[in-house]
Amino acid sequence: MTLLDVQDLSVMFTQRGREDVRAVDGVSFDVSAGEVVGLVGESGCGKSVTSLALMGLLPEKGVKVSGRADFDGTNLLGVDQRTMRDLRGRELGMIFQDPLSSLNPVVAIGKQVTEVLARHRGLSGDAAAKEAEHLLDRVGIPDPRRRLKEYPHQLSGGMRQRALIAMAVACRPRLLIADEPTTALDVTIQAQILELLKELVHQDGTALIMITHDLGVVAGLCDRINVLYAGRVVESAARRPLFAEPTHPYTRGLLGSIPRLDSVRGEPLNPIPGSVRDLLPWVEGCAFAPRCERVIEACVEAPPALIGGSHQYRCVNPVLGRSAGPEHLLEQE
Amino acid sequence: MFRFIVRRLLQLIPTLLGLSLLLFVWLHRLPGGPETALLGERGTPETRAMIRRQLGLDQPLWVQYGRFMKRLLRGDFGSSIDTKQPVLDEFLARFPGTVELTVAALIFAIGIGIPLGYLAARRRAGWLDNLSVGGSLVAVCVPIFFLGYLVKQLFAVKLGWFPPTGRQDVTIDATRVTGFYVLDGMLTGEFDAAWNAIMHLILPGLTLASIPLAIIVRITRASVLEVLGEDYVRTARAKGLTERRIRGRHVLRNAMLPVVTVLGLLTGGLLSGAVLTETVFAFTGIGHFIRQAIDNRDYPVMMGFIMIIAVIYVLVNLLVDLSYSLIDPRVRVR
Repeated sequence: MTLLDVQDLSVMFTQRGREDVRAVDGVSFDVSAGEVVGLVGESGCGKSVTSLALMGLLPEKGVKVSGRADFDGTNLLGVDQRTMRDLRGRELGMIFQDPLSSLNPVVAIGKQVTEVLARHRGLSGDAAAKEAEHLLDRVGIPDPRRRLKEYPHQLSGGMRQRALIAMAVACRPRLLIADEPTTALDVTIQAQILELLKELVHQDGTALIMITHDLGVVAGLCDRINVLYAGRVVESAARRPLFAEPTHPYTRGLLGSIPRLDSVRGEPLNPIPGSVRDLLPWVEGCAFAPRCERVIEACVEAPPALIGGSHQYRCVNPVLGRSAGPEHLLEQE
Repeated sequence: MFRFIVRRLLQLIPTLLGLSLLLFVWLHRLPGGPETALLGERGTPETRAMIRRQLGLDQPLWVQYGRFMKRLLRGDFGSSIDTKQPVLDEFLARFPGTVELTVAALIFAIGIGIPLGYLAARRRAGWLDNLSVGGSLVAVCVPIFFLGYLVKQLFAVKLGWFPPTGRQDVTIDATRVTGFYVLDGMLTGEFDAAWNAIMHLILPGLTLASIPLAIIVRITRASVLEVLGEDYVRTARAKGLTERRIRGRHVLRNAMLPVVTVLGLLTGGLLSGAVLTETVFAFTGIGHFIRQAIDNRDYPVMMGFIMIIAVIYVLVNLLVDLSYSLIDPRVRVR
């Protein structure tokens, strides 16, 4: 059953004296309970803005959000602040990228956990402390009772991210959004955190939106993947077809740019040339065209539409057939 | 914590030694001397020399410094050349007035400055923001004695809302206990006397508060603006906390850190500002007395007062550091 249905989400940043910037442009996807959906792309593609828009955390001034995001019958983009505040932390949980800056440095970890419990579950005093201890234990923080009294700077990076996750799942939200939750962490810790998220989703039947630039993360975790480029979905497919037959040249490029251990020594890596451009890139044609090696005339005549059934792509000259590349990532499961 | 305090107090010793030496040489180098203040223009060279000899000022500077230090180690700051009273007694008789004035100014500066700076940041570029930013610029620019005369003229002389001078009306026969007039009134139950003393504090307090108030408004505003953009405030929002909780627990506490730091530094400015303010409002504190001491080249008073103020300044900053570590666990001392 669909829990969150995002339709035609657009986010525009307006600033006096400057041209409007469309950071997210007509993005649609849905998430069901217990499902993990990935939003993947380079920095600047609009994936974080999408998540902040869904959480209602974008600044009010200078931002225009349009579209719908039906969460169990409530349009998250249409409700007032008060309703949104009641949903955030209780039904919607969010995990941020940099655990150190995302935790208040002058408030003890325990307090930062119990304040959610007090807000949404009415717990206070001993009951809240006990529950907080249980939560820290659940996310794998050893000696939780002691940690409750400690401050963020006294914890390791992985521990901080676990604490942040504990706060996000404290009220068993039905939807969890994780915005690059492992980017700031060591590789070994990354795997642990992903494992933890997988476990939580599995145990609670939580829906998870995983935002990342790391296709390795996606391969091990996501059921369905949306690849974003310059604010639009350029390819959307279940995990296996996407890795087996990446259709959009951008997706293929992303997969091709992952270094492989079994490649011949001295062989150069395959980066995608250039970087994401802003300023209404989808007006005259495909935004990826300037960086695309398969560019044809049709690419710059009109912006391509998203086509296809369960495996959608936005390209007039797609790569069809199996990829020679990165299926090995799936083996990591 | 205890070791930290002890260490800081021990640091006082070299600080004071250096300060005393510097001050001693410096003050005695000032042109003129106490004999001019005592004799005026009438003194003959012989009487002048006699007075200098009596005061020991004819000795080499290092001998004089040695004598001064020897007395100081016994806790004796010497006696005023002018009033012949022990410097410490003179200080203690006047210090409560200055403390009352400084505390009043701090209450105004903090009590008005922090809420104003906070509101300005919340409604950024609104009328209150523009007014407080512009107003604080003016407040920093206007000299304190000018502002003093201005408010005295307007609110005391023209409108008559507040008394123009002094610490308490002379018609009030108040019992003295501690020398702090407001506190005395509270302790003895003479509330009218306490109220009268408070009224006397309003205008000089506001005058003295002007510069620190302006600085606190600006720092609070900048600091709140910065904290509002921090990731942990976003995290607090993502938890669905109420705005009130977010402000109280997550914004204000972090935003106070730079303000507390500046408070310690401002205290030094308050003490020197007190000299001017006390002069304008004929307020009996150390400020007025120290000004006279400088005019008269009353060396023991100058040395003593400045040294004591230096100790107080260091102690206030120690307090600030300690309160800092209470707010921010990252600098918590062990």
